Amino acid sequence: MAFFSSTATVPQNLTFVSSNKLSFSPSSTTSFNFVSFPSFQSKFCKTITSSPQITRAHAPPTPSTETTTASSFHGLCYVVGDNIDTDQIIPAEHLTLVPSKPDEYQKLGSFALIGLPDSYTVRFVESGETKTKYSIIIGGANFGCGSSREHAPVALGASGAAAVVAESYARIFFRNSVATGEVYPLESETRLCEECRTGDVVTVELAENRLINHTTGKEYQLKPIGDAGPVIEAGGIFAYARKTGMIPTR
Amino acid sequence: MASSLVPSPSTSFFHTTKRCHKHASRKIYCSVAAPQQTQRTPSTTGSVKTAMTMTEKIMARASEKQQVRPGDNIWTNVDILMTHDVCGPGSIGIFKKEFGEDAKVWDREKVVIIPDHYIFTSDERANRNVDILRDFCNEQDIKYFYDIKDLSNFKANPDYKGVCHIALAQEGHCRPGEVLLGTDSHTCTAGAFGQFATGIGNTDAGFVLGAGKLLLKVPPTLRFVMDGEMPDYLLAKDLILQIIGEITVAGATYKSMEFVGSTVESLNMEERMTLCNMVVEAGGKNGVIPPDSVTYKYLEGKTSVPYESVYSDQQARFLSGYRFDVTKLEPLVAKPHSPDNRALARECKDVKINRVYIGSCTGGKTEDFMAAAKVFLASGGKKVKVPTFLVPATQKVWMDVYSLPVPGSGGKTCSQIFEEAGCDTPASPSCGACLGGPKDTYARMNEPQVCVSTTNRNFPGRMGHREGEIYLASPYTAAASALTGYVTDPREFLQ
Repeated sequence: MAFFSSTATVPQNLTFVSSNKLSFSPSSTTSFNFVSFPSFQSKFCKTITSSPQITRAHAPPTPSTETTTASSFHGLCYVVGDNIDTDQIIPAEHLTLVPSKPDEYQKLGSFALIGLPDSYTVRFVESGETKTKYSIIIGGANFGCGSSREHAPVALGASGAAAVVAESYARIFFRNSVATGEVYPLESETRLCEECRTGDVVTVELAENRLINHTTGKEYQLKPIGDAGPVIEAGGIFAYARKTGMIPTR
Repeated sequence: MASSLVPSPSTSFFHTTKRCHKHASRKIYCSVAAPQQTQRTPSTTGSVKTAMTMTEKIMARASEKQQVRPGDNIWTNVDILMTHDVCGPGSIGIFKKEFGEDAKVWDREKVVIIPDHYIFTSDERANRNVDILRDFCNEQDIKYFYDIKDLSNFKANPDYKGVCHIALAQEGHCRPGEVLLGTDSHTCTAGAFGQFATGIGNTDAGFVLGAGKLLLKVPPTLRFVMDGEMPDYLLAKDLILQIIGEITVAGATYKSMEFVGSTVESLNMEERMTLCNMVVEAGGKNGVIPPDSVTYKYLEGKTSVPYESVYSDQQARFLSGYRFDVTKLEPLVAKPHSPDNRALARECKDVKINRVYIGSCTGGKTEDFMAAAKVFLASGGKKVKVPTFLVPATQKVWMDVYSLPVPGSGGKTCSQIFEEAGCDTPASPSCGACLGGPKDTYARMNEPQVCVSTTNRNFPGRMGHREGEIYLASPYTAAASALTGYVTDPREFLQ
């Protein structure tokens, strides 16, 4: 599975290449974040190489072609604290939405992180909006704890977030993130949630396991992805299983 | 017992190895002390095998391997896959997309579909989700589908059960030594039967529906030894709140939690289920309790599928061990807004409450209602001071509440005792307001109130309103609190 790099330098007339599992059809109406990117980007001259590949778990199926993986993510970050549980990521009342139905998938995105308490004065998705302007979420310990609801990483991905960089994860959320490809779950070495502020411009360099905060000028080491690596690289659990011969190819 | 555990005298609670760090790493590492193993040359035995824990053994067998170690990623055969109305439709969607619109599930007798979350609501999408399950079950000829059609009267639905984890147990789908996966975090409840049971998401479930197996990482095991006679004011809920408070909400992340000791052996199956139920609240992957005569007695007549129990080897390695003397423990609560925010119930006696909720897979089983009734009975006819909501987990629990006599009451049923105490009438069985749900869910917290609840999580907004304050407690503590209108230690009434 591939994760897009959300930068306004990527042209609007992208050709979407699809994987055998997760893909957007070229005719998809959701051209997402590329359209509504904030104006800050004109101030920051750093352009990031990225694959034009965008894959999402719940998009309509398309004929299979090769996947290429993104090498980085770039955009504004949204900072949360410790133990952000799945009820805060997507409150239970919204779980009647079925992630595998495209229109309900989009609705889930509009409710991402709506359960955060009022102490979070800046909302992740502005009221009235359906997408977020923050492509990277920076979290503390035990991110995604609580329920097994896959709606949680799905809501984050559907809202337009590309990656989460947390100090640590709860296991079901991490697993679901890897399985769906909705958000790339990265782990930091230190408490980035104390180093970064919502609205900072950050870049995550995957190959180098590095996060750069352009606003503060600091760089941070990230942990390598570990055992989930082969599954992510293959393109998710289905792709991995096909690749290793555990289930028949389609 | 692993040699890394050393019994120690009079302290009520301690652990023998280093304290678990708050930020649990996913890395696997050996226990503190190397287990003593007889030195034998390979030629005399044919192979050298390392001792395994119960969880490791179950996973080894399920992956058709002789030996597994913590950290191994293995393709594990699944014995039962459970899903419900919230995650089922999504899982089905993925199954069809990946395996084909006409694909068939790997085994129509191993998929158990249990609508339970958003049932008694007028929310159209929620109702539609149950219809999606029904269509799929018809198409696939799923053997176990506990359907509901008449929402106005749950009793008019002969197949409907209620809360999935309790239904799984009551219908005989939980068996020692097996692998049970479910699209719900509290699937770990089934570990009480000595099986590997854990929660998974829609994508993994979609995969299992077609393949009948899943790639799982073998977890290391934390061992909790509980000894001593259970005081008559404590319940399994207090034990697990004690543990979560000790190791924190991430203390068992990626780990298995094994519960042993004389106290555990004295618990009935429903109490054991309560213990394993909240394993996920400590971050745990699964919980296990060794099967014994209590397990087998419960299973009698419930299942005809043969099963084989496994137990941790004498020399098995545990990541760390905790031992406690339950006679030294006191009734607990988990204060807002985290299950590890442990406090003594008696130290919260000045906390005024607005409501009490008794229900869910954690605290809505027959034994839980019996416990609550016991407190009301012991109060000598007092009435509750706050709205007290009762939501039996399943149809069977509801029937027990209305038919079983409560010991010491002169033949009264729980329902009679509840009515006399002024509680709300027991509601239709489902997950109810444990997780909030659609706005018209019975007992949902729609205003910022303070609630003592027998449920499992109290993160912000859990039962509905973002500023609601939830004190997690045992049924004893919940009933006692209902009687006073404040968080109350049940010893106020039980002693």
